[in-house]
Amino acid sequence: MGEVDVEVRVNGEVRRATVEPRVTLADFLRERCRLTGTHLGCEHGVCGACTVLLDGEAVRSCLVLAVQAQGADVTTIEGIAPADGELSTVQRAFRDCHGLQCGFCTPGFVVSVTAFLREHPQPDDREIREALSGNLCRCTGYQGILEAVRQAADQGVGA
Amino acid sequence: MSTTEARPYAGSRVHRVEDDRLLTGRGTYVDDVQLPGMLHACFVRSPFPRAAIRGIDIEAALAVPGVHHVFTAADLNPGVHEQWHTSVGPQSPETPRPPLADDEARFVGDPVALVVADSRYIAEDAAELVDVDYEPLTPVVDYETAIDNPELVHQAHGSNVIGSMAGRPPEKLADAFGGAAHVVAETIHQQAYAAVPMECRGIVVDHTPATGDVTVHAATQAPHEVRGFCARLLGIPEERVRVVMRDVGGGFGQKVVVQRDEMCIMLAGLQVAAPLKWVEDRRENLLAGGQARCEHAEAKIAFDADGAIRAAQIDYVSDCGAYPSPWPVTSSAAVGMLFPGPYRVPRATFSITNVYTNNVGRAPYRGPWQFESLAREVLLDIAAREMGVDPVDLRRRNLIRRDELPFTNPNGMPYDNISPIETFEQALGMLGYEAFRKEQASAREQGRHLGVGIANYVEPSTPGYGYYANESASIRVTPAGRVEVSVPGGSSGNSVETTVVQLTADELGLDIGDVDVVSGDTAVAGFGAGAAGSRSGSMTAGAVHDTAAILRAQILAVAARRLGGAPDDVELVRSRARLRDDPSVAVTLAEVAALAAEGGDDLEASATYTADNSIIWVNATHVCTCEVDVATGQVTLLRYIVSEDCGPMINPNVVEGQIAGGAVQGIGGVLYEHLAHDEDGNPITTTFMDYLLPTATEIPVIEYGHIETPSPGPGGYKGVGEGGAIGAPPAVVNAVADSLAPFGVKITRLPLTPAAIAGLLA
Repeated sequence: MGEVDVEVRVNGEVRRATVEPRVTLADFLRERCRLTGTHLGCEHGVCGACTVLLDGEAVRSCLVLAVQAQGADVTTIEGIAPADGELSTVQRAFRDCHGLQCGFCTPGFVVSVTAFLREHPQPDDREIREALSGNLCRCTGYQGILEAVRQAADQGVGA
Repeated sequence: MSTTEARPYAGSRVHRVEDDRLLTGRGTYVDDVQLPGMLHACFVRSPFPRAAIRGIDIEAALAVPGVHHVFTAADLNPGVHEQWHTSVGPQSPETPRPPLADDEARFVGDPVALVVADSRYIAEDAAELVDVDYEPLTPVVDYETAIDNPELVHQAHGSNVIGSMAGRPPEKLADAFGGAAHVVAETIHQQAYAAVPMECRGIVVDHTPATGDVTVHAATQAPHEVRGFCARLLGIPEERVRVVMRDVGGGFGQKVVVQRDEMCIMLAGLQVAAPLKWVEDRRENLLAGGQARCEHAEAKIAFDADGAIRAAQIDYVSDCGAYPSPWPVTSSAAVGMLFPGPYRVPRATFSITNVYTNNVGRAPYRGPWQFESLAREVLLDIAAREMGVDPVDLRRRNLIRRDELPFTNPNGMPYDNISPIETFEQALGMLGYEAFRKEQASAREQGRHLGVGIANYVEPSTPGYGYYANESASIRVTPAGRVEVSVPGGSSGNSVETTVVQLTADELGLDIGDVDVVSGDTAVAGFGAGAAGSRSGSMTAGAVHDTAAILRAQILAVAARRLGGAPDDVELVRSRARLRDDPSVAVTLAEVAALAAEGGDDLEASATYTADNSIIWVNATHVCTCEVDVATGQVTLLRYIVSEDCGPMINPNVVEGQIAGGAVQGIGGVLYEHLAHDEDGNPITTTFMDYLLPTATEIPVIEYGHIETPSPGPGGYKGVGEGGAIGAPPAVVNAVADSLAPFGVKITRLPLTPAAIAGLLA
């Protein structure tokens, strides 16, 4: 199978690789960039664990090919926290509200919520639930996650 | 529930120590392990529920560039030395488990061959080229008729009955049922559903031929179980095997045992000249990760005219698939023995039967025996309707009261330190039961159908026998004055690291920030049985307590030397040792550590806690309200209340998180989840488009009530990991049934999909 050169800016850093066209963005990030915070829970676009920001939009990196991200800006969970090493408002809210247990789905939730609150800085509870419906969690029963999004919204993360 | 100055952390909602790494993408799950030269495995799995394997042509697959090996049963299976779990022991009549299917494939997903290649991509390509000559055979699909089916899943076993067990002869209860004012009797079915952790199963086997060492990175709930199993399987000394689990993405029982897939990777790992990784994909997990539930029972309860229970009987059958792991009879026996629940049941009996089918094998799942609560609580509501009494009154009449404890149920279960009536009344009070009945009545007048469902259960936690009876810990003060705790278990969503840090800080009078935890590495920690049986919290508390007591004496001896006085005159508070009589005379832990280093004093202790109790009982009440759209069959949950008694809480966030997670799994099991197959035994729910997990849009806010009855175990703690999944199913079923009571609908079969509810109303 022929290989293709790709260049993607990942968390602000330019990453170049030669990959088969079929390699997913998720596998590119995990295996080529060694950014293993992006997790694969289903590889068919339902669970949301692999969510990353592609030019600011939340996408499922299992359904995007690395070559489709050519020239794009990608933000993974590793790039969500500010440079000072502190947690972001969303990350802190998840910690404060017990919004994670095993942590496997967590990167996808944090990235999805970060994008959602940018678009909807003052969501009501129904909008929050709708926004989370594309991410599956098996540990928390969503209780702490819902509280975390409320807290992050109230703290004005999207402002 | 309150913390104290002496023990400021237990009982408080401290931040989890796991969270920073998990929130920033720095966790290490098994698929994150990348070793130099590592190869990747992909299984070839049977597309038939039952087929003879006439031959396997691997040539085309082997010819794919990047493919290193294609293993079949002939290559791997002879490598098996022994295969038994320490938790079960070598004498258990386990199903023979060939690592790869040899003569016969016995379910769709049965591993038939194993491809090893440079990448998972290549391994998957090559797996498609492995040409297996299958001769399809007639499968045993329906477990209810499997007992009499002439087709046998395991020919050598001679029967499709795996095992059975029974209590006293039912004739002995004939008078209780014969002379009863009312007898309720139903056959209740629960469909197959499964643990479905968000991280699928996975393992990396890193064999070093020069030394014979095997390092296993595993997605497991029980690293020491994996270690012992691996050593026996491969026939190598246990000290040559190291099992590491860093972060595990949920297990819920599925990752307690070593299944055939993992056995294959262990065996192949010895033959491959590189580390070998297998991480299953979701389709494999839903095909081959194991099923749970899939059972039914004929159950009956006899009542006096005043509603007092006279007797209870359950006759239970479950589908255990082709390769159940472990032997399912033991956990099924608990279905029978616990059927009386937290009620004053004077007489009871049971029978349980486990059968083989050509479906995926039964695997442990949170509250493996929870059918006893489903059957009992659903039956109680049906009885209440038949008798024309309020289900609350019927339960209140029969719940065990505190002054009756200890209470041995008629099957010999010795309940104690529980509070069934208290959790029941608390949950009803939180709901406002009478007010809800009024709301329901007025809603009905407007054509809206609300309902309330209640479920009580009593659960054995923290098994204190055999393999599960012991849990170790090691604690040391480093020369820099930090305190490092090593424990055998690790993070699988259970917050055990935070629990350890809280308990250690309290036991030793430390600032919590001074405590670090090392977990999930058999080379570092002593023995422990892992996260199973709702045991981690209570057993870890014992291990930390016993170990800290030794270390505390060591610290006090060194501090006393500096402060002047006897060790008994010194106390530890917030990482400072000070004189009890004059707290201004103090020394920091860092100074103690430096003194010890100078003086050659030992500041390190290890101990193993051995359980004093064979069972620690836990109880809870779940109350759920819902609205059913009778046109579409759609169920909307309105309120969900759990009142539980897990003794004092180490961390209320963790307790509530466990309850919520379990309850939502139970809700999913009633309304959405179904590990289904067609009539021919072909699985039809192999993606998350078909296997429906609950999402944030369906789940109500869960409200918590706590009753605190200390257990006789360490700290008074009890187990709380599994109960949510036990209490939720009957509460939801009863709420739906109550909504539909005006239609005369009786619910005895799950799941309650919109189509199923519409069918009941048709």
